[in-house]
Amino acid sequence: MLKEHAKLMGVFAACGEVIGRKKLQKMIYIAKKISFPFQEKFEFHFYGPYSEELTLRVEELCNMEFIDEVREKKGGYYQYRYTLTTEGEAFLEHAAVDIPCLRETVAEMNNQSARFLELVSTVLYFDTLTKEEVAEKIFTLKRKQRYTEEEIQEAYTYIEKLKNNLQ
Amino acid sequence: MEYSNSKLKEEKVFKDPVHRYIHVRDLVIWDLIGTKEFQRLRRIRQLGTTYLTFHGAEHSRFTHSLGVYEIVRRIVDDVFAERPEWNKEDRLLSLCAALLHDVGHGPFSHSFEKVFHLDHEAFTKEIILGETEINAVLSKVHKGFPKQVAEVIGKTHENKLVVSLISSQIDADRMDYLQRDAYFTGVSYGHFDMERLLRVMRPREDQVVFKQSGMHAVEDYIMSRYQMYWQVYFHPVTRSAEVLLTKILHRAKELNQQNYPFTYPPLHFYSIFQEKYILADYLKLDEAVMLYYFQVWQEEKDPVLSDLCRRFVNRDLFKYVEFDPAKEYRKHSELEALFKKAGIDPEYYLVFDSSSDLPYDFYRPGEEEERLPIYLLMNTGELRELSRESDIVDAISGKRRTDHKLYFPADLLTDDSSKRNIKRQIRSILEI
Repeated sequence: MLKEHAKLMGVFAACGEVIGRKKLQKMIYIAKKISFPFQEKFEFHFYGPYSEELTLRVEELCNMEFIDEVREKKGGYYQYRYTLTTEGEAFLEHAAVDIPCLRETVAEMNNQSARFLELVSTVLYFDTLTKEEVAEKIFTLKRKQRYTEEEIQEAYTYIEKLKNNLQ
Repeated sequence: MEYSNSKLKEEKVFKDPVHRYIHVRDLVIWDLIGTKEFQRLRRIRQLGTTYLTFHGAEHSRFTHSLGVYEIVRRIVDDVFAERPEWNKEDRLLSLCAALLHDVGHGPFSHSFEKVFHLDHEAFTKEIILGETEINAVLSKVHKGFPKQVAEVIGKTHENKLVVSLISSQIDADRMDYLQRDAYFTGVSYGHFDMERLLRVMRPREDQVVFKQSGMHAVEDYIMSRYQMYWQVYFHPVTRSAEVLLTKILHRAKELNQQNYPFTYPPLHFYSIFQEKYILADYLKLDEAVMLYYFQVWQEEKDPVLSDLCRRFVNRDLFKYVEFDPAKEYRKHSELEALFKKAGIDPEYYLVFDSSSDLPYDFYRPGEEEERLPIYLLMNTGELRELSRESDIVDAISGKRRTDHKLYFPADLLTDDSSKRNIKRQIRSILEI
């Protein structure tokens, strides 16, 4: 029961705190793409890969009081912070879900900005295309974010680094 | 005349209970409707197992796809046609994407995709780009056209306005299915003033927006969507049927892995069981084929498979109780142990189900750039997110409502002919 929820709780446990819904979405997508066993279904949306299932699971975890959500005003918009609660820790221990290397991988991603993770997840979304085609997709679909060629190259390097850490 | 602009000599119409008539003048659209991949959608229900709850819900993805096409046709031909922000050259692309947006759906697709880790969007792409009749029609428009249609449906096309017509928080897909599902289920929710919505739509660079004066029509649509989710899509009896369906597929897959000697071998499932996703095999699977197997598998020697199939075919569904996983997760472990002692496999007969497992969503105001929200076009020319202007939408989009249930076969638990005391303990925990 709640196996998929427990996997997400493992992410919050590893990160201590995740700041931002967008960041969380991209972290889980990237983790799934580099072969961690997350089952949430993602689709491409205006801001890159997005999973409604993931959003709903996070809401359920909040309702169950397994994670704590803090909404704070940041200039003209709201930002959300997520942490695991004591009840959540107890459930996680009961669920005994252990995914090798997940802790280190998500903790590493949590140090990156949401903007960079959006780029990394978009590069991964188009992983069947050539590098040139991916760059073209990013320059057209994400033109408002004004990503540079250097940033795209950085995203590729980062993906390699994440994959190498798993070996 | 170019194929892309070719018109039928006489307009064809499909009589439709939701839109009255669906009008087809474009030869390309007519040809697409005639392809075998599109005709297959007649044999896939729009609402999966909902017909076991609302007996009228037998409508297919074929009728829904025609409906989405008709809504987009009216938007591009009647509402956007003379607007400077709209490029008329995107008309055929929009119509084809609308018509084909669901072409990759499999039988009972939600459960089917969950069990076999499939994605209907990947099949949609393959049907449009692969060696199919649909691809042959689209390629006649021009060589790159199939790719463009696939990108619009996959939401990766650079023209975000066209994408938003078919896929956004207020798109032709939802406008059709809400009304169609309401009509066929017979519920009184799900109705809204689509005529008014279409009149107040305005094209913008990245998406469709709505004139401020049309806010109440948008509110009406959001409320319909909210009501339909709780009254139809999340209906606990439909979820019970989905639970059974999922367990049948799991059981058949597991038996196949164990080389179980099927009396009626699952010929149509072999490649799917082996996770070799061959398009030709996938296209042969429809709900008629699935229901054939459920019918004959009632006679299989495996007691779990035959029992689950009998329940599905005869609508002898699992019962349910409300379950609070946060407070009762230890109770679940206890129940699992007791089910095993009672000789009832909890893997197949004790099923926890959450609303997050369902493929429907609520309106989200798009905080933190999660999803693009619905924007109102104010009289000043400014764009404002809907829930900031509408108290009604603000009230329901801020509410977090989730739902969890525990499903089980009540008849097995009340059969005291064996393991009487254990079953009594189970009933006491479940409070039945």
